[in-house]
Amino acid sequence: MPLRKGPVLHEFRKNSLLYLMFIPVAAYFIVFAYVPMAGIVVAFKEFNYRGGMFGSPWNGFTNFRYFFLSGKAWLVTKNTFLYNVVFLGCYTFFSITLAIFIFEVESRWFKKVSQTMLFLPYFVSWVVVNAFVYNLFNYEYGLVNTIIKTLGGHAFDIYRNPATWHFLLPVFYTWKWVGFGSVLYLAALSGMDHECHEAAIIDGASITQRIRRITLPLLRPTIIILILLGVGRIMRGDFDMFYQLIGNNGRLIDATDIIDTLVFRSLVGMQDFGMASATGLYQSVLCFAIIMIVNSFIRRYEKDYALF
Amino acid sequence: MKPRRSRDVARLHTIAYIAVSLFAVFAVFPFVMLLINSFASEHAIINYGYSFWPRELSLSAYSMIFQSPQKMMRTYGLTIFITTAGTLLSLFFSTMAAYVLSRKELRYRNAMSFFLYFTQLFNGGLVPYYILISKNLHLQNSLLVLILTPMFSVLNILILRNFVANSIPASLFESAKIDGANEITLFIRIAIPLSTPAIASIGLLTALGYWNDWWTPMMFIQRESMYPLQFTLYQLLSSINFAAAMVNSLPVINMPKESLKLAMTVVATGPIILVYPFVQRYFVKGITLGAVKG
Repeated sequence: MPLRKGPVLHEFRKNSLLYLMFIPVAAYFIVFAYVPMAGIVVAFKEFNYRGGMFGSPWNGFTNFRYFFLSGKAWLVTKNTFLYNVVFLGCYTFFSITLAIFIFEVESRWFKKVSQTMLFLPYFVSWVVVNAFVYNLFNYEYGLVNTIIKTLGGHAFDIYRNPATWHFLLPVFYTWKWVGFGSVLYLAALSGMDHECHEAAIIDGASITQRIRRITLPLLRPTIIILILLGVGRIMRGDFDMFYQLIGNNGRLIDATDIIDTLVFRSLVGMQDFGMASATGLYQSVLCFAIIMIVNSFIRRYEKDYALF
Repeated sequence: MKPRRSRDVARLHTIAYIAVSLFAVFAVFPFVMLLINSFASEHAIINYGYSFWPRELSLSAYSMIFQSPQKMMRTYGLTIFITTAGTLLSLFFSTMAAYVLSRKELRYRNAMSFFLYFTQLFNGGLVPYYILISKNLHLQNSLLVLILTPMFSVLNILILRNFVANSIPASLFESAKIDGANEITLFIRIAIPLSTPAIASIGLLTALGYWNDWWTPMMFIQRESMYPLQFTLYQLLSSINFAAAMVNSLPVINMPKESLKLAMTVVATGPIILVYPFVQRYFVKGITLGAVKG
């Protein structure tokens, strides 16, 4: 046995098998997350296929200048931010409300059936949701327009009315995620013992008082975690949703263009690696800055809930 | 005192029943409409539009999809293969990593958690990822890219880690270790069986991720024979001409385009929904969020 062994080496040797078991996942994230992280240098380069990620010539801030001079920067930033704020608000509010309601009702049958129904939208891709939208709102055959026409009104084309999407997108978002959200909150409530509620009833607490003073405080950790995760992603749009529901509809672009769709269009549509990577880096840095700021606040006031 | 109290409880319960029912109906409504109208005849849709109950029933859209089933079956086969293989691999390695991160005697476990968590805080964005996959790793048009891209989620690993850490007593591992079991045995014999609720729930989420993935094929697959189900559906919905390729060798003129779109959507959605009842009983228990921090 060698006498001197570094503590680090000792730790690895003692638990070598455990560390080995972590390697597959670690390798995956090194290749698919950390290497692309280093690849952000592309934003400062004039990308060509021969040079690749690290061999292409530098061009300083040219790509960023293009992005900021394109006139799109402020628009997509604003859209991404505002949509996400509305999404997060609706998602949180409706998930909590539904979770509390489902928790309160007594019928086990009703709890089970309603949860199953609410959860159904979580199962389908946005491709399928787009088929729903088509089925319901299509100008020629859609159900809504069929009804409007039978009532003697004029058919309404949602793809020609940008403003309707400010309302429709939050509706679809809520429709899709609120079932899952309420499950997350219900899970937090399921550990709660009913004695607490019974004691409160004996003390004469009304149901609203019970919800305010017992149920909501129990949900607080989950609320904070989910909101923090949401805030951390506030500059990341739901690409799947926007791309499937709106696609490349020029008429709607000002109302519905977000950073993620702009990056995608620049990369895949125009093969503009410079602009796409500059926009992507702008988004990542913005996200990171927001998380750091929010987290430092949380650390100061609610240390237990800080993300790191 | 008593009557007033039960009255406000009753009132809240009424509101709760009504609100939850409304939301539940709202959630299911598009599914029902889709299913009903997929049985409508093309003629009825063109003339009267989609409706609550079709004026003319017809199975022609479904029979068209299954008339030349080779393409459909290949697409299904590919999607089922990717979903099954991907989910099993992902679950095995995710749970293994989660088990490692849950072991308190590991000195660097917090650093390792943060190593994963950091990828949630900052990432390179789409462009470097795209270049990496297509130029450096040459994974375009390979099955591997369809399996690797949606494989791991940091959040899922952390949820699994919390489950293992909070619901399996550490003493269980210690006593098994004294009996001479090594870490791999502990993981397979103790951690996996006792984490069933979490594994089942996360497994469903992962399987959904694979089944519903249209992004990876859109970015990295050009070969039509390798299109999975959702991407095929996307192509069909966005350009109906693809239907001709889809159900090859049929005359395009009499194609029930509108009802075909709906029937295809039903066919692409059905199987994964059927999985849910098997997983449901684990769900609320398995997905308790806890602190998902690094």
